[in-house]
Amino acid sequence: MIHPIPPGTRDILPDEMRELRRLHLALIEVFESRGYGEVATPAIEYDEVLARGDGRTADSAYRFFDESGELLALRSDMTVPIARLVASRFADAQTPLRFCYLANAYRAVRPQRGQMREFAQAGVELIGAPAPAGTVEVIEVLEAALDAAGLDRAVIGLGDADLFRQLLTEFGLEGEARDAILSRLATHDLVGLEAELSQAGIDDEHVRTCVALSQLRGGREVLEVARKLGGAAVERATERIGETFEALEAKGAASRVQVDLGLLRDLGYYSGAILEVYDPALGHVLGGGGRYDGLLRRFGVDLPAAGFALYLERVHVAKLEEESRRGAPS
Amino acid sequence: MSVEVAGTAAAKPDGPLKLAVPRGALLDGTLDALDAAGVDTAAVRGESRALIFPGERITLVTMRPSDVPTYVEAGAADLGITGKDVLLEQSDRMVYELLDLGYGRCRMVLAGRQGDERLGETQRRLGMTRIATKYPRIAERHFESTGRQIETIEVKGSVELAPLIGLADGIVDLVATGRTLEENDLEVREEILECTARLVANRVAHKLRGAEIDELTAKLRKATTG
Repeated sequence: MIHPIPPGTRDILPDEMRELRRLHLALIEVFESRGYGEVATPAIEYDEVLARGDGRTADSAYRFFDESGELLALRSDMTVPIARLVASRFADAQTPLRFCYLANAYRAVRPQRGQMREFAQAGVELIGAPAPAGTVEVIEVLEAALDAAGLDRAVIGLGDADLFRQLLTEFGLEGEARDAILSRLATHDLVGLEAELSQAGIDDEHVRTCVALSQLRGGREVLEVARKLGGAAVERATERIGETFEALEAKGAASRVQVDLGLLRDLGYYSGAILEVYDPALGHVLGGGGRYDGLLRRFGVDLPAAGFALYLERVHVAKLEEESRRGAPS
Repeated sequence: MSVEVAGTAAAKPDGPLKLAVPRGALLDGTLDALDAAGVDTAAVRGESRALIFPGERITLVTMRPSDVPTYVEAGAADLGITGKDVLLEQSDRMVYELLDLGYGRCRMVLAGRQGDERLGETQRRLGMTRIATKYPRIAERHFESTGRQIETIEVKGSVELAPLIGLADGIVDLVATGRTLEENDLEVREEILECTARLVANRVAHKLRGAEIDELTAKLRKATTG
């Protein structure tokens, strides 16, 4: 007899579990060897506390009442719970603090799309280390994690979360019009972006700048191309990315990092550097991260922070694809 | 608009770019645009029943327009061409919309029987109108945004049939010349939006094969706006 489980959840059987466990251990070993201690937090928290982290976009899809009527929520990532943990338990501790995790998180799914309601994330949080050194450290850990997973072709996109926010402010855009344009940028709807910008009364030259910036990705040379497009927001963002990139180069860690000015993640708490991870064997993003220097302040401790999370199951799929590619005669 | 950049050295995705080409009404326009952009389409134009046409730099894969976002989102195709109607109907598919190709222009309209007041009447007296369509999401969004309630009836074949034999009070459908409507005694009541062919890209391919994709996009832009 078949007893159903909710769509977007799944049972994991021993053969897969064995492989996932090996992957899990390899990643945690990388994190631990770099001083990131593993933590676990409850999957359910008070909704009010999670909402403090990001009431807008990262909010939980699953809320329920406990026996005394308190509103609880399932976490949608680990960054907010760890910010809560740091504020409660490490407020006076010496920084930087380094934590890693492998944990399930929960998000809403659209029906029949193969999206996961419950999924495992492996990641790190580096708290109290400002840009660029903190960002560089996080990228180095991410590179080591990708190597440990056997993804030697994986690429890390490096962008700046403040670029377009500041650019649009520079154009004199606020409120709804600005949000509409940011959402076109996040979904990379370039046709809609042009239309939206023109409709907001932005002149042609600025429209061209905005569209061109969103397409700029590649090696270090794109920073130069961006600078020529001009503007104070571009100047600041390229300087921030440039600093990080140079520091990575100095450590010989820049070869798999792609500068990407069009990068925009939809989680509201990011500021400064943002990261995304791709592997040519997989059409989906493997994970992401970046800086969230304002997040801890919302929990009462003002500390800069950065981190990343990899979707464990996707990393596993990419690993299998890469292995079969390497095994195949070319 | 596009800027030539060298691209990162690390990723070495192999093989030609895979471009999903829509069969049906958009096929001819698509092949013409590709020809003008320097992509060889002779094999697709031939009599072959094949679905995949390998090329040195670009492999063409032919499919139904409504399947294009599915293949591109998953990365099975790096790029694709399909109608804006398809993209709007499947707006939850995560694909990058890079370019309005301008051809395949048609209108999404609300149509009813000629001289028949049923559409307004049902809304006024029943508070609900039955709309047959192949585009339930576009139809629902249109009526919702204009503060009216409808019952959508999704059909797969000739939508024009539905109001003629009483399945629905009106239809939401794509119209190019309007002849099919006319032949079935239907008329346009409201224009919902205008659709053209669009170039879409997979998120990861757009990042990892940036130089190739930017080059093709620039050529297609030139070919279709020239």
